[in-house]
Amino acid sequence: MTLTEKILAKASGRNRVAAGDNVWVNADILLTHDVCGPGSIGVFKREFGQNAKVWDPMKIVIIPDHYIFTADRLSNRNVDVLREFAKEQGLSYFYDVIDDPEGHWAFNVARGQLRRQHGSRYQGVCHAALPQRGHTRPGEVLFGTDSHTCMAGAFGEFATGIGNTDAGFILGTGKLLIKVPETMRFYLEAELPKGVMAKDVILNVIGDIGFDGATYRAMQWEGPGASALDMDDRMTIANMAIEAGGKNGIFPADKKTFAYVDERTRANGTKSAYEPAELDRDQIFAFDKVYDLSKLEPTVAMHPNPGNRALAKTLEYVRLDRAYIGSCTGGKTSDFVAFAEVVNGKRVQIETYGVPATSEVVSDLKQARLGETSVWDVLIDAGVMMTENASCAACLGGPQDTFGRLNAPLTCISATNRNFPGRMGSKESKVYLASPYTVAASALTGHVTDPREFLS
Amino acid sequence: MAKKLTSPVYVVEDNIDTDQIIPAQYLTLVPTIPEEYEKLGSYAMVGLPDDLYPIEFIKKGATKTGYKIIIAGKNFGCGSSREHAPISLGAAGVEAIVAESYARIFFRNSVATGELYPYEARERLIERVKTGDIAIIDFDNDTIEINGQVHQLKPMGDVRPVIEAGGLFNYARQSGMIPGP
Repeated sequence: MTLTEKILAKASGRNRVAAGDNVWVNADILLTHDVCGPGSIGVFKREFGQNAKVWDPMKIVIIPDHYIFTADRLSNRNVDVLREFAKEQGLSYFYDVIDDPEGHWAFNVARGQLRRQHGSRYQGVCHAALPQRGHTRPGEVLFGTDSHTCMAGAFGEFATGIGNTDAGFILGTGKLLIKVPETMRFYLEAELPKGVMAKDVILNVIGDIGFDGATYRAMQWEGPGASALDMDDRMTIANMAIEAGGKNGIFPADKKTFAYVDERTRANGTKSAYEPAELDRDQIFAFDKVYDLSKLEPTVAMHPNPGNRALAKTLEYVRLDRAYIGSCTGGKTSDFVAFAEVVNGKRVQIETYGVPATSEVVSDLKQARLGETSVWDVLIDAGVMMTENASCAACLGGPQDTFGRLNAPLTCISATNRNFPGRMGSKESKVYLASPYTVAASALTGHVTDPREFLS
Repeated sequence: MAKKLTSPVYVVEDNIDTDQIIPAQYLTLVPTIPEEYEKLGSYAMVGLPDDLYPIEFIKKGATKTGYKIIIAGKNFGCGSSREHAPISLGAAGVEAIVAESYARIFFRNSVATGELYPYEARERLIERVKTGDIAIIDFDNDTIEINGQVHQLKPMGDVRPVIEAGGLFNYARQSGMIPGP
């Protein structure tokens, strides 16, 4: 069996499953946030009763992250809906925006977008926060009400996005009926050359198979090239399985995975036991391809979809109005450090927004140094508008006052994961997706730029 | 009883993603709150680029669409997992979509909510029909008739009883998976 099949077999109490089987699986974690949480809770209460109790309060993780730092009244209300539910159900893992369990969240416009406006438990983007807070474990089944839930496949688990109705069902029963997907294998050889990042790997693959090329399928990453990637890089790649239409992305768990998970579960006091799925010899794949990472070059997905691939060096003619670094796939500490390497000691030529994925990334960047200066200050000195308020922000547009939102027909290069029309705001805007290196180099020149010329 | 649906169709291209179906700024609306459900419907398809789609899906000032059937190309509903997408279409009055193919989560959400029938076409209908043409879907025979021509649709198989039950919960109750209300 493939990794996905092994995990789904175990979660459904079977010895074997095969692609195409419909099975009831037990969820290990249900993740939700401020955009889909209130609706999922609404479904749960409508179907199971106003006084119903969730199936297991220790297995529900609620991380508000989408529309937080906005004056939009409904957005602020939705955070309050989550708080009420967490209180009523006695949920341990609700990462509230404010510290007062009796309070109400209201963003203070007068204090601006840049300075921290949240309490001590607030995390930021759910997919980045989930592993940091010790909720990802090899061999488990994670469902989340967000399509980028597949990012947790980096930790050797089955992780996929679902809708509110399915989430409401899980809240009541802990189970979901799903179809076992076929698996596509991507076998990575060698290591990434200088200037090329994990984002370039996944943009290349999506360019090859098409952005519906993995529809209904699992994308399994293997080989020495996969082992050589660190956890942040694996997350970047697993995150964008959905951009190829995939049901999930998955890496085999290895020493790096165990070290990360063990440290995080210990530090956070979360469940520390897990049973990883190991690679079988008798795997059946619907697709199998070898990629030599050493041959990859900086890659861009052009407007208007993530499969619209070109090499960065062929797009120098594309003039840009804005650069953006952030999101689950592109707002991790390593993403900002890479960005800082390129802009260190220089000034960006176009307006450039930086939104760390989580509060931990904010503190990492203030502590980590490039020479004498903190990474945070390197970015500020280069002219990047950095916010201390971690969130999804303009990656998906959001309310009008969202930090970095494209409120006009601008052309933007972004380290995020999606560039459909209107994704980051105005439906006349154009978004080019690229690695943090490429976004940084392009911010310095004002046009799409191959970053290798800035990295000696 | 024979079940048929007659309506003018709205035709869209390949790869209509969830941001075009319901732009992210409207995700503040919670679908289980009745007045917000209605509001979601009024914004359905508002993310389509105006130059490519000069005919409005929902007329200005209206809250419902006149098109109960959408004819789409490949990969309809790609992008986010937001259930707001099929819900906004259902709330706007859409009863069926006939697409060449669907993105996985959109298809599943359509079934789980029971909001609409996600039919798959056997041919590329978007090149044969235009917005405003009248279509008749025959659910008993899995066909769509447009401009005097009858086209076979792929039967929905396993998921059809879920939609006909009114979604995942009703289906799970009927099959004894969860207790009745």
